[in-house]
Amino acid sequence: MAFSEGNLADHLGGLSYSEEQIELMDVATNFCRDKSPIDKVRKLIEDDHGYDPAVWQEIVDLGWLGIAIPEAQGGVGLSMAEVAPIAEQMGRRLLATPFATCTIAAQALLAAGDAAQCGQWLPRIVAGEVATLALTEPHGDWNLAHVEATAKASGDGYVLSGTKQFVVYAQHAALVIASVTLDGQVRLALIERSAIPDAALRREIIIDETKRSYELTLDGIHIPASALLDAGRSGTALTQIELASALLQAAEMCGGTQSAIDYTIEYLKTRKQFGKLIGEYQALKHPITNAYVGYEKARSHMLSAAHNFGQQGVGEIAVRMAKASADKAYSFAADRAVQFHGGFGFTHDCDAGLYRRSAIWHASQYGDAAWHRSKLADLLF
Amino acid sequence: MSSRPTPAELADYEAQADAWFRENTPKDPGFMLPLTFMEVSTDQQFEFLCAWQRKVYEAGYLGASWPVEYGGGGLHPDFQRIATKVMKKYDGPIMLNAIGIGWAGPLIMDIGSEEEKKKYIRGMLTAEDIWCQGFSEPENGSDLGNAQLKAVRDGDEYVLNGSKIWTSLGDRAKYMILLARTSNEGASKYAGLSFFLSPMHAPGIETRRIRKLTGEYGFVQCFFTDARIPAECLMGNEGDGWQIAMKTLEYERGAKVNLAGGYFLKELDAMGVVELARESQRGGKPLLDDPVMKDRMVDFMMDIQALNLNNQRRRMGPLVQDRPMGLALMNKLARTEMIRELTEFSLSFQGTRGGYYVDDPCAVDNGYWHRSYLNSFSATIGGGTSEIQRNIIAEHVLGLPKGR
Repeated sequence: MAFSEGNLADHLGGLSYSEEQIELMDVATNFCRDKSPIDKVRKLIEDDHGYDPAVWQEIVDLGWLGIAIPEAQGGVGLSMAEVAPIAEQMGRRLLATPFATCTIAAQALLAAGDAAQCGQWLPRIVAGEVATLALTEPHGDWNLAHVEATAKASGDGYVLSGTKQFVVYAQHAALVIASVTLDGQVRLALIERSAIPDAALRREIIIDETKRSYELTLDGIHIPASALLDAGRSGTALTQIELASALLQAAEMCGGTQSAIDYTIEYLKTRKQFGKLIGEYQALKHPITNAYVGYEKARSHMLSAAHNFGQQGVGEIAVRMAKASADKAYSFAADRAVQFHGGFGFTHDCDAGLYRRSAIWHASQYGDAAWHRSKLADLLF
Repeated sequence: MSSRPTPAELADYEAQADAWFRENTPKDPGFMLPLTFMEVSTDQQFEFLCAWQRKVYEAGYLGASWPVEYGGGGLHPDFQRIATKVMKKYDGPIMLNAIGIGWAGPLIMDIGSEEEKKKYIRGMLTAEDIWCQGFSEPENGSDLGNAQLKAVRDGDEYVLNGSKIWTSLGDRAKYMILLARTSNEGASKYAGLSFFLSPMHAPGIETRRIRKLTGEYGFVQCFFTDARIPAECLMGNEGDGWQIAMKTLEYERGAKVNLAGGYFLKELDAMGVVELARESQRGGKPLLDDPVMKDRMVDFMMDIQALNLNNQRRRMGPLVQDRPMGLALMNKLARTEMIRELTEFSLSFQGTRGGYYVDDPCAVDNGYWHRSYLNSFSATIGGGTSEIQRNIIAEHVLGLPKGR
C-alpha cells in the first residue's frame, strides 16, 4: 500500500499518553526545578561525588526507580513511557544522578535475568542501590554486540578480562552489568562492586562535567557461575538496553534543548547592541525559531517513542527517530546558544556551555543521529 | 450546533460517506488537474472542479456543520471532520472555492451580520459564487499593514482606487475579501485599514492574468479605477480592517478549525517519493542502495512523521503546556518548507530525466515532481512567507521583541 503523509503515522505509530505519565510529568517538573537550580548544578560539578545523596534519597522515596519494574519485583508496575517525562525534566534542569543507568540496568535484568537474579537485584535497585552498565570499549563502536572483553571458566565461576569505558557512576554502584564474550558468544555478567578492586576504576574526564564516569579494567575479576544472565536472551537484552537508553537520552536531550532555547531567549530579550534588543535582529530571531521548531519536532518523536516503547517493530523505529531527532535539535540549539551569547558564550560561566557539552555527551553514548538514521534506513527501506 | 454524536452515529455516518466517495470520487478526467486552488488555469479545469465541489456539497459532505438556514447541513462538527477524512482517503480533487469556504466563510460565520450570512454562505458552498482575496499589493506584500488601495466613502458607495496582486481565482471570482485604506490618519498604519466583502463584477475593476513559475495560470493582478461598490460591503466598521484581516489569516494558516471542511491542496504523496527513489537507478544500482541518498530519505521520513505527531499533539493539552500555541503556529512554516525540500530532493533521483518538464512524453510522472517543487513556493511565500512566519513564532510564541 502506498502511504501518503496523512496515514504515515498509522505505519509509524501515533501519539497518546497516560494519566500516570502526566501526573509524573507535573511532579517531576516541580521537583527538578526546585532541587536543581543552576548554581547547585555548578556546585556539584566541583564535587567528587557528582550528585546530592539527599536528592537521590528523595528520588528513591518518590518511587521513581521502580516505575518500569513489575510490582512482583517491588516496583510500581508501569512502563518506560512513564519514566521518560521524568528523564526529560532531569535533562532540562541538568539534574545528574544515576537514575537513568539504574533504570536501564533494571531493564537488562528484566530482559535476561532469571528469577533469582531479578529477585536479588530489582528490589535493591528500587530501594536506591546503584546499578550501572559496562558495555562500551576502547574501540568506540556503538554496536553493543562488538565485545572484546572476555569471560573464561575458572574454578566454579569465571574470570574476566578486558577494558570497559563510560561506566557511569561505577564508583557508587552496588552492581555493574558488563558485556563479555564467553566461548565466542556475548553474555551479560553481574559484577558486585565488592568484587571490583578500587584500582580497577579510573575516573574519566568527560565532556559533560555534571556526570561521573569511570573506566573499568576487568582483568582478574572473578564472578560466580550464577552471575551470568541467560545466554539465549543476551541479544534481546542488548537491544532492550540500547532502546531504553536511547529513549531516556532522547527525553533528557529534549529537556536540555528546551532549556538551551529558553536561556538564549532570555538573553535576546535583555541584551542591547546598536541601541536595539538583539532579539529584534532576524539574524538571531530566525535561527532561534528554527531551533524551537526542531525542539518541538524532537519532543513529538520522544513522546511517541515513550508511548510506543516495546511495541514490535513500531517501537524501535519510534525510539531511533526520537534519539536521532533529539541529537539534531539539541546540538543545534546548544551550538547557537553559545554563539548568540557572544563573548560571554565563550566563557565557562555561561550556561550555554553546559548544554553544548551535555549534547555532545549524549550523542557519544548509544549512538548519535547518523547512527540511528543508518539503523532506520534498514528498518524503513 | 447539535449535540455531540455517539460513536455509533459517527460510525454510521462514516460508512455512508465512505460508500458515497467510493462511488462518486472522479477518475482521471484525462487532463491535468490542479494540485491546489491556486493554479486553476483552464476553463476545463475550472468547470470540472466547480461541478465536483457542488456535487460534494449536495451530497451533504461540505458545510455539513454550518447552520441549515444559511445552506449548511446543521450537523455537529465531528461529522464534517469524518466527511473530510473520507474525502482524503479517496484522494479526490480539491475543493475549488478555498477563499470562500476556507477563509471568508468561517469569518462571516464568526463575525458577520445576519444579512451577510444569508447572502454569501450558500453560494460559496455550491461554488456558484467564487471568492478571491485582495490583500497583497505590488508594493506591499509581507508588509501587509501598509496596504494602500484607497476606499473613499461617497454617499451610499465606496470608491476604490489602487491595485491588488497574487489574487488566486481573481479572474473567476464574484466576490473578494478586500483590505483597503479608508484613512491615512490614526495612531498607526494599521488604524486606517478597513475590510470589505467586495463584488468583483463592477465597472472599474479589471484583472490581468499572471503566468506562474510553473508555466500555469491561476492568479491575477486586479486594477481598481474609480470602481464603485455599495457601502454595505464594509465589514464591521472603518478601521477594523487589520484586526479582521489577521483573523482571516488565522484560518489560512490553519490555526483555527476549518469549519466548512474539505481540502484545498493535494497532499504530497510522500511514499510516492520513496517509490520514485526505488525505481531510480544510479551507477547501475538502485538509488536507495546509495547510503547518502538513503540517509537523506530517512531524514525526510522523520520530518514527515514529526509533523504528523505535532498535529496529534497540538490537541493534547497536557503535552503542550509550556507553549500552547507553538505547534499550531509553526505548522505552516514546518510543513511547507518540508514539502519544498522533499520535492526538490525528488528531482535529484531522476538523473538526466530531471531535465524534462510537464507534458514531455518522456518526463517522469508527466513532470509531477518538477511541478510540485516549483509549486511548493506558492505555499512558502503565500499567506505570509516563511520568513514572516518565523517572525510570528518568535514574537507570539517565544516572546521576542518586534523588529522596527
